[in-house]
Amino acid sequence: MRTDLLTDPVDGLDEALAAVDAFDRVLVAGLLRPQPAQAAGLAALAHSVAGTPLASLVAEAADKAAAGAAGEDHLVALAAARTALMGSVHDALTDRVADATGRPRAERSTRDTPADTPGANVLAAARAWLCDLARAGWQGIDHELVSGAGPVVSAMLPDPRLRRQATLLDGFAAELAASCPGATLERVPVRRWADLWTRALLLTLPGAARTPAADTVTGRLLPLGVDVQEHATAVQAQVHAVLEPSDGSAPRLVRAAVSAPKPDTVVGAGLWQLLRPRMSLLGAAGEGRAVELDAMPVTAEGDLVWDDERARTGESADPFATARVILSTAADPVTAPLDRHPAGIAVPVLVEGYTAEREDDGPLTFTLAGHRLTVDTERVPAASPLTPEAVAASGACLGLLRWDAGEFVLQPLAVETTVRKKTVALHAGAWAGGTTDKLGARAEKAATDSVAVLRERAGKLLRK
Amino acid sequence: MPVWERSSTARVVPPARPRKLAKVPFVELADGRLQGVVSSGSDIGRVYVSSIAAGTYAFACSTNNNRPCGGARGTFCNHIRALVGEAVLQYGAERVARYLKAETPGGEPDAEALVSVMTGTRPAQGDTSAAAPVFSRFLRHLAYLELEPTTAPLPEMQWFPATRTAA
Ligand SMILES: [Zn+2]
Repeated sequence: MRTDLLTDPVDGLDEALAAVDAFDRVLVAGLLRPQPAQAAGLAALAHSVAGTPLASLVAEAADKAAAGAAGEDHLVALAAARTALMGSVHDALTDRVADATGRPRAERSTRDTPADTPGANVLAAARAWLCDLARAGWQGIDHELVSGAGPVVSAMLPDPRLRRQATLLDGFAAELAASCPGATLERVPVRRWADLWTRALLLTLPGAARTPAADTVTGRLLPLGVDVQEHATAVQAQVHAVLEPSDGSAPRLVRAAVSAPKPDTVVGAGLWQLLRPRMSLLGAAGEGRAVELDAMPVTAEGDLVWDDERARTGESADPFATARVILSTAADPVTAPLDRHPAGIAVPVLVEGYTAEREDDGPLTFTLAGHRLTVDTERVPAASPLTPEAVAASGACLGLLRWDAGEFVLQPLAVETTVRKKTVALHAGAWAGGTTDKLGARAEKAATDSVAVLRERAGKLLRK
Repeated sequence: MPVWERSSTARVVPPARPRKLAKVPFVELADGRLQGVVSSGSDIGRVYVSSIAAGTYAFACSTNNNRPCGGARGTFCNHIRALVGEAVLQYGAERVARYLKAETPGGEPDAEALVSVMTGTRPAQGDTSAAAPVFSRFLRHLAYLELEPTTAPLPEMQWFPATRTAA
């Protein structure tokens, strides 16, 4: 990998992000009584899309918002402009990543399926809540306003077709609730909340959250690693893997995700326990095995929509061997137009021959050929044998290349270290399917007990 | 803007720390209160809904059928003490102290110091009107376990990375 390219400036990036920041600061104080600085921020956003088909719509929305008279459609137009800017940032960064990895990009298949838009009423309610948030601003949030998300989320959660919206709103509202009242906030996660707000607002539009699995794939799946994402009441595990299609076509990178809503007290090994029964791939990835797929549904973005009936666990397959032999020839998937955002960048890479360093309280870095890459060890799940210490002592690292707050960072999925002259591999997802490790087994037992208590209570109280 | 403000994945709420749930199945810092549900020591079918208000430490404890707790007269009952203990395990003492606006003398607060600071102010007994909403939040919390996992991807979860360090 050409790490030098990851630290080179990207043309136009600062300008695009400056317009994003200008808009994001507008949301801090809210749109109820806009001040001149906010009008300037809105104008900066409108100016940045002046040469695009969004131009007139956004210019009008910015004017209305600056006058304190923005309706839902205007706020949606502003969110669209911000999404377009982040999309352009995403594209510039993924082009740079492709130059660094030297890998091919998959062709985007443009097959379209009819839009299925459930839940129009509850989506309208979500939109109204989000618009109220924008008017109040992050400094204006209080418990009453934030709790308005509760009924919306409760109505959405039981419908799996609204899971994306429900999960996002639930996680976002929990953060806002923990930060109330906004008037006394010491610091505001300016970009993050603007991201979540923008995203949530666009997902209330018909067809925005559609991810049809229009195709199927057959072949051998070679897992590279497991990435875990969680907030208080949801978890998703995403397996990154190389697919060798049985028709002899070129290998490609794919993902397979499994997610579940959860009580906030289910954490650590409890997350694996919730997800494990729904996707046999977690067990296979944990054990380091390949999986044979037979007509597994797949989206145009390379997301397998997992069905255990279409998968058979195969022989053992070392992720580092997969990374060394096939990864460099595998094509990277293409991102859905609306999902183009730097926070979504997660590109599997193998790095070797680096010097690991940590200065004082700073983050761990790997220096490769004179170029530094920051390593995000925080992203490793709690129920995992992969520790920050092991990453710091490693000689090879299989990870996800990400980008946040102005720089590329490496999220470790697995490392190789040398213990008594032997190479040992440690995987973030090693306990995904269960474990015999002493610490891991204790965590499993505690998690089983916790869920048993909750299920027992639920059985008594929910069905009364 | 500082790096944290420019981060899409800035950590705002630390994840809950693991704890045993048998005694206190539900704890939360919400609606300006530390509140939760505490199992009855004697009757498996009964639970107590307990709470302490931030700032005033006004306390309340009653059964889910709104019968007042006999122990919560004049001062914190054992349910409320258990609630504080488990909240400290789940969120860390510092976060609980900050939320309740309870300043403990000396360095690191713990559950015992928190209780003693709060009871030392001779807090008033609050009314039990919050019991019903707290109990319904507990039921909503339990209902999350009944929801089916899905294998359709949730791209928005990229904004919620796992966090190795708990509260
Ligand atoms: Zn009591």
